[in-house]
Amino acid sequence: MHEMAIAEGILDIALDYAARNQARKIQCISLRLGEMSGVETDALQFCFTALTKGTIAETAELKLNKIPLVGLCRECGKETHIEHYNFLCPNCDSGQLEILSGRELQVEYLEVD
Amino acid sequence: MEIQVMEDILGRNDQLASENQMLFAKRGVFVLNLMGSPGSGKTSLLEKTMAALKDNLRMAVIEGDLFTSKDADRIAKYDVPVIQINTSGGCHLDAAMVQKVLQELDLENLDLLVVENVGNLVCPAEFNVGEDVKAVVLSITEGDDKPLKYPLIFKESAIAVLNKVDLLPYTNFDMAAAKKDITSIHPAISVLEVSCTSSTGVEAWYDWLKEKVAAKKMAVNAHG
Repeated sequence: MHEMAIAEGILDIALDYAARNQARKIQCISLRLGEMSGVETDALQFCFTALTKGTIAETAELKLNKIPLVGLCRECGKETHIEHYNFLCPNCDSGQLEILSGRELQVEYLEVD
Repeated sequence: MEIQVMEDILGRNDQLASENQMLFAKRGVFVLNLMGSPGSGKTSLLEKTMAALKDNLRMAVIEGDLFTSKDADRIAKYDVPVIQINTSGGCHLDAAMVQKVLQELDLENLDLLVVENVGNLVCPAEFNVGEDVKAVVLSITEGDDKPLKYPLIFKESAIAVLNKVDLLPYTNFDMAAAKKDITSIHPAISVLEVSCTSSTGVEAWYDWLKEKVAAKKMAVNAHG
């Protein structure tokens, strides 16, 4: 259940940016979540709701922007969506797939009043 | 109003982890983040390691545990400095917890620091503590399906220790399938078959560790 730690991280960042912009209310927090970021989104939503009570993010919507797990083969140069966490290149079978995306765990933007 | 942010959610942890890493690098201390399920044999592997290497390597251990000091008590018997971190229910160690206890360690006179994480195949993989490498211990009694079920920890680890191989005849664990899955998740990973009970394969583990410690020392000497 590291989703609580992640929810805390999200709230800290959101409150910090909201304060710097003199926001009174946070309407929406948009996240970039990679396919291999290891986050259980239902658990994250649950923790976030519990944490934000009594803050200016209390009614904020968590927008989850899921980022596919994509690798680039350094051997044959082919870009592929990585299926079943198989990091052997489906084109040339080498183990040289470099992750281009899919590990993101970021706050992208806020919508505030 | 829209505010652009683009910040890593675990950025604060990563920042503290790199501060820890700099402290270790300055003194040439090799740091291993030892992860795995409860009961996989992390502490047993550590006990074997201490018994075999403590006369040649200056070791210390940080023990992560939810509530107890049971593991730290086991370590203390080997006369190796050990620090207990109780996470009070927290499922993983993070960089801040490790940073808080570092002043209790004599880093100047240390070659190897092992951070034994809370028993868990999920959460510890997400939180760097300032280690050089992560290692995962998977016992064969857990089943050969675990690598694909918990891919992140195998992706993050430089080495996977498959423990309790003395029990292979009594299980349906398919070693070839497990190794194939682990290397498909992480093609560059080292995989060792080990039994802490029968001492099978432990020499290969010691060699791997000694080589890493020596490389770290060399790196710090090279940079003055």
